Amino acid sequence: MIVIRNARILGGEPRDILIVNGLISEIGAGLGGETVIEAEGLIALPGLVDLHTHLREPGREDAETVETGTRAAARGGFTAVHAMANTSPVADTAGVVEQVWRRGQEAGHCDVHPVGAVTSGLEGKHLAELGAMADSQARVRVFSDDGKCVSDAVLMRRALEYVKAFDGVVAQHAQEPRLTEGAQLNEGEVSGRLGLTGWPAVAEEAIIARDCLLAAHVGSRLHVCHVSTAGSVEIIRWAKSKGWNVTAEVTPHHLLLTDSCAEESPVGPYNPIYKVNPPLRTQDDVNALREALADGTIDCVATDHAPHPVEDKETEWGAAAMGMIGLETALSVVQEAMVETGLLDWAGVADRMSTRPARIGRLSGQGLALEVGAPANITLYDPAVRTPVDPTAMVSRSRNTPYEGLTLPGRVVATFLRGRPTVLDGKLV
Amino acid sequence: MKHLISAGDLSRDEALLILDTAEELARVSERSIKKLPTLRGRTVVNLFFEDSTRTRISFEAAAKRLSADVINFSAKGSSVSKGESLKDTALTLQAMGADAVVIRHPASGAPHRLANWVRGSVLNAGDGTHEHPTQALLDAFSMRQRLGRLEGLKVAIVGDILHSRVARSNVLLLATLGAEVTLVAPPTLLPVSVERWPCQVSYDLDAVLPKADVVMMLRVQLERMNAAYFPSAREYSRRYGLDRDRFAKLHDDAIVMHPGPMNRGMEISAEVADSPRSTIVEQVGNGVTVRMAALYLLIGGENQ
Repeated sequence: MIVIRNARILGGEPRDILIVNGLISEIGAGLGGETVIEAEGLIALPGLVDLHTHLREPGREDAETVETGTRAAARGGFTAVHAMANTSPVADTAGVVEQVWRRGQEAGHCDVHPVGAVTSGLEGKHLAELGAMADSQARVRVFSDDGKCVSDAVLMRRALEYVKAFDGVVAQHAQEPRLTEGAQLNEGEVSGRLGLTGWPAVAEEAIIARDCLLAAHVGSRLHVCHVSTAGSVEIIRWAKSKGWNVTAEVTPHHLLLTDSCAEESPVGPYNPIYKVNPPLRTQDDVNALREALADGTIDCVATDHAPHPVEDKETEWGAAAMGMIGLETALSVVQEAMVETGLLDWAGVADRMSTRPARIGRLSGQGLALEVGAPANITLYDPAVRTPVDPTAMVSRSRNTPYEGLTLPGRVVATFLRGRPTVLDGKLV
Repeated sequence: MKHLISAGDLSRDEALLILDTAEELARVSERSIKKLPTLRGRTVVNLFFEDSTRTRISFEAAAKRLSADVINFSAKGSSVSKGESLKDTALTLQAMGADAVVIRHPASGAPHRLANWVRGSVLNAGDGTHEHPTQALLDAFSMRQRLGRLEGLKVAIVGDILHSRVARSNVLLLATLGAEVTLVAPPTLLPVSVERWPCQVSYDLDAVLPKADVVMMLRVQLERMNAAYFPSAREYSRRYGLDRDRFAKLHDDAIVMHPGPMNRGMEISAEVADSPRSTIVEQVGNGVTVRMAALYLLIGGENQ
């Protein structure tokens, strides 16, 4: 029996939450319990759910493991993450997804739901055994070649159709490969000045438009990964207005940072800490993404947490790996970009970071409202503090955060996974 | 000035100081004994990750004429080809006590990164498709030498602007020095946001030539042709090459420049390249004096 005292559920009036046997058994005032957690001034959110996490295991345990990545997730207030398939070996068989799933169970910091590859070896040639992954113990429902685009239109159509049999969804990394050969940075003013090969917005938008039409044609469910441009937002808004089954995510970094970071940083231009795929875009894109997340055109925030060891970032821009870590800063960045700006309230944050991603991933015990009878997946968050981001204090195995030097609001104080605290007083349990 | 990485970092006064210093140093080059003791005891490292005979020997000659010790470090056959990172190479040079590192690198921005890891001055000798500031300085020096001024000069830069570090540095430097630059290229070889650059843009070489005081032809790389930036070498040459007929459209005092190496018969015809109004050979000589000036101003101070 744990009682959380005076927590503001979704930012509302202070309430006590009683947890018994992993479930919320009572919500009220003056409740008692064996363990009391004072939550005065803290906001209670349903445990966060990430649709897009790179845990790097198997294969790149020097960058992250299921253990370290899920610690970072718990630290960030997450109770479930979807582990992307671009590992080595690729998560394209029942064996690999079950291994990742089992490692998640052993680690116990949050639920780990493996994403299955759409094509064998992410090679874009043959469908992986999607049904076997769906039927495995890992119960895969999200399939993605993330890191690579399923660019072949026929293969994409088949994947969209095939996953209908088990209510799966194809999460597309929208990147037209020919338009982005050697691409380094958003194609625009900054890439022109810096002499870096451009990654044009149209390379994302063209694939999204095509895939929306395909999803409509075959009556399937499409999820668009890490939407990064204003044009993509317009296309998704249009597809949704038609009633098509299209969902989309945006990363925290695309809600806050722009390509100007590549030109100006504390250590001068060309700091590859800002190199990411899709690339950071312009302020107009950032504004459009924020509005789209606020009005629901973009369904959810997904971190695209992408750990890399130091040596893969301490290089010239062109040689550096793409990606940035984000689990431990996601909620703070969303507060900064969406709450402080008045675009979302805390109920909105809960919807975009827990309810909707859980629904897209077809997770039954996650993303539920904090009500009596629901599993006690709870994040307690202090929105009142502001602290400088300190990469050395993070628990991810990697340090490639783009927010070093920034002061961000908020702090995850505690995370509960089915009633069991994984984080208390900001520290891992 | 600590480093010379981007022509855009130079103020008008700094740029003119380099050009004026180069002019004084040019007189040394005319003497039978060309050496000055200015940088005695200083070490200049030429760190070349790309083959570039002309730029490397130009920097080497410049450093040697100022009596610096010169170490040539070429990526081929070195630990770099065995996978050593730029950072480790930089730390090695740092440990050897390099006062200045001259870097040529295929990645845009490599000199900026290097400047984080070495204490000495970094001179950008060409980074990817970004910049080549000493080339722009020697071009400005050559223009001023021939035409007597830079302010108000009409300069046409013709060719593959998208991939040209020479063009980027020239646009920035010439804007600072008051020249009016027009970039001329097929639309495929211009950056998407070029309209925000401090210059004019044209697709039509014939319309630009009669007004130009300077025409700078850029080398066209063969690999661009395979990437469909233009249909064929012949078509490019017909539309954007400087041949005898186009040369005749220039006014009598206009000069023709090329950073080299040239594709004779492609972007420039042999007779134009060899005409007295071509500065192509002078540019090479001026390269040494301008680089002497840059080295002198960066590491020649008393407090080094």
